[in-house]
Amino acid sequence: MINFILRRLGVMLLTMLCLSAVVFSFVNLDPNLRKLAIFNTETRASDADIENWLVRNGYRDNFVVRYARWIGLAPKQPTIDPSTGKTVPRFRFCDEPTEPTFSGVLQGDLGCSTALRAKVSDRLPEALKATGILMFWVMIVMVPISLLIGVLAGMREGSRLDRGLSVGSIASTATPEYVSGVIFTALFASYLGWLNGSAATAQTQGISFYNFTLPIMTMAIYGIGYIARMTRASMAEVMTAQYIRTARLKGLNFRSVVVKHALRNALIAPFTVIMLQFPWLLTGVVIVETMFNYKGFGWLLVQAASNNDIDMVLACALISVVLVLMTQLISDIGYAFLNPRIRVS
Amino acid sequence: MTETVGFLEIASGIVLRFWPAWIGLAILFAGIYAFKPRLGLFGELTNTWVGVLGVGICAFWLLTAIFAQLVAPVDPGIQNAVMKNSVPGGVDPATGRVFLLGADLYGRDVFSRMVYGARIVLTIAPAATLIAVLVGATLGLPAGYFGGKIDSLLSFLANLVLAFPVILLFYLLVTPGIMDTPIPYAMAGVLFLFPIVFFGVLFYTRFSTRPERLYLALGITLVLGAWIYSGLVFDADPLGIVSIEPNELNIFVAVVFASSPGVYRIVRGLTLDIKTRDYVSAAQTRGETPWYIMLWEILPNARGPLIVDTCLRIGYTTILLGTLGFFGLGMGPESPDWGTAIKDGSKVAQLRLYYWQGVTPAIALMSLVLGLNLLADALREESLRD
Repeated sequence: MINFILRRLGVMLLTMLCLSAVVFSFVNLDPNLRKLAIFNTETRASDADIENWLVRNGYRDNFVVRYARWIGLAPKQPTIDPSTGKTVPRFRFCDEPTEPTFSGVLQGDLGCSTALRAKVSDRLPEALKATGILMFWVMIVMVPISLLIGVLAGMREGSRLDRGLSVGSIASTATPEYVSGVIFTALFASYLGWLNGSAATAQTQGISFYNFTLPIMTMAIYGIGYIARMTRASMAEVMTAQYIRTARLKGLNFRSVVVKHALRNALIAPFTVIMLQFPWLLTGVVIVETMFNYKGFGWLLVQAASNNDIDMVLACALISVVLVLMTQLISDIGYAFLNPRIRVS
Repeated sequence: MTETVGFLEIASGIVLRFWPAWIGLAILFAGIYAFKPRLGLFGELTNTWVGVLGVGICAFWLLTAIFAQLVAPVDPGIQNAVMKNSVPGGVDPATGRVFLLGADLYGRDVFSRMVYGARIVLTIAPAATLIAVLVGATLGLPAGYFGGKIDSLLSFLANLVLAFPVILLFYLLVTPGIMDTPIPYAMAGVLFLFPIVFFGVLFYTRFSTRPERLYLALGITLVLGAWIYSGLVFDADPLGIVSIEPNELNIFVAVVFASSPGVYRIVRGLTLDIKTRDYVSAAQTRGETPWYIMLWEILPNARGPLIVDTCLRIGYTTILLGTLGFFGLGMGPESPDWGTAIKDGSKVAQLRLYYWQGVTPAIALMSLVLGLNLLADALREESLRD
């Protein structure tokens, strides 16, 4: 078991290294660097100005060296002021050091956000917290509903209830967040006026039913169908097992067969699916936060990516990749614990 | 304020505008019921109402896309300042034409844009899915069959792409700046090579003992492949028929890239399962080459789950395209595709006052994906029954 986890962690590190290198090379493509320079050198900069800015701030240094600096294996260089010849911080708003220092991800420095004019590590935790709250409520809503639908549909395969619920789940998997968001907002916020079409007040005035229901509904809908279908398949399979037939033949009533015998075994497979939903939710978070103007991790990612905010994009990529890989690991280990027939080696 | 027509007139107007689709559907279903015994699996599909609905919705959108010029009253790009943000059923005072589902911020007909949007979605989504399936199959078969180092390497790469948040991948791959770099063309060059390799190997392994057939099949593959390849990757089709806008190529490549690892995983899993069967051992004993076994013994036996997955994947690709449009990536701002229309319509003010602008493309997208999902479900049921 320990070996398995260690090996997986090794693969995880390799994956993170590869992915960050890919992201790093993409955000440093020439058109992207120019975009960054134009964003930072006031209006109507000439090509020479742009080039000058890029050279001065070290964006034209060797690629490998810069990647090593970001990781923390090479010292970050301060900028040299051309008029005085003295070293000044690269970005004033992040109070970066004025002498070369090893300060990268390994040292816990995620860099400086050029779009938000703040340290990445200053902005990221609060955004992650906001998204965490959103995710928590989505899970609270999504998991029980989908498990209930799945179990009800799967306990009598082919019944009318099963058909109805299955079509319902198919419909919900056909509704991506930006579709349900638009329809729900038009219906509940614009037409009926029951709910708030923006979640911005959730961060300033606290979460309420009025401002937080729409984002949660929007995000949950897409996932419910998927988990429900997996639960249904698993439940339907368990219901055909020998021990269920034995329990029925013993004379137990249907309800206690379902609750006491079938349910526990049927919920093993959905556990994995629910864990693997986290990466999916990540895309949903980006859409929902953009749509409802909720300043969490997804909103930050969009801001960073659309302004080519290099350090912020890299930090967001790193966090999402860690999240995806950790959930995969946890779901594998959890599956082994829940299902005694599986042994990880 | 302009004149408007009532709800009934709007509804009947919309139904009437879709006349080419209704005629097509009537012919399709009449054909299916008439030739049911001879159609095999496809005929069986219409036994359940889920199947009927699935086939019906997919065919409806396909027909709408094909006959978009007949269905849509006007060109999707025409702006009409008078009808700006018109409500559904608004009548244009100049021409007397009814804007069935209203007009958008620029006075463009929402209904026509939705109809033309179907055309964009239904060209890119199935084509991208098809290429993704071919890429996934070409890589997944050897990974599952040979195992070992190839499998480890390919699976690592697939997991790498899958660990990427889709949205970040799109932001990196589909930015306006990236079209100045050779990256999209290089990726297109690699990804579009897979179908040619796939069909080349497919025919080569089958007809290697019958040269006359082999040369014909390989010749057709190479000529067709080179023709489409030159048109798509280099935009240098000698006949000028196959061409693609740089931004559409960019979207296409990104979508193929994002969805082929999923196909790879499924094909690999199916191959691992099927390669233990007796007929594979029989072929191995006969001395068939590994690629013959993969392409002519394993792949045909994996077709059931693969077809179902492809069907679901077209729906997923449609959703991905919508996501791209929603974030304003790739598609031009004038493009009538559903994602862009949803983005424009989902701005706070638009959604509050002029909800039809966002809701119309949203419902269109949802119904198409629903149709594809229902079709996949019906196909799965039917293939399980065999």
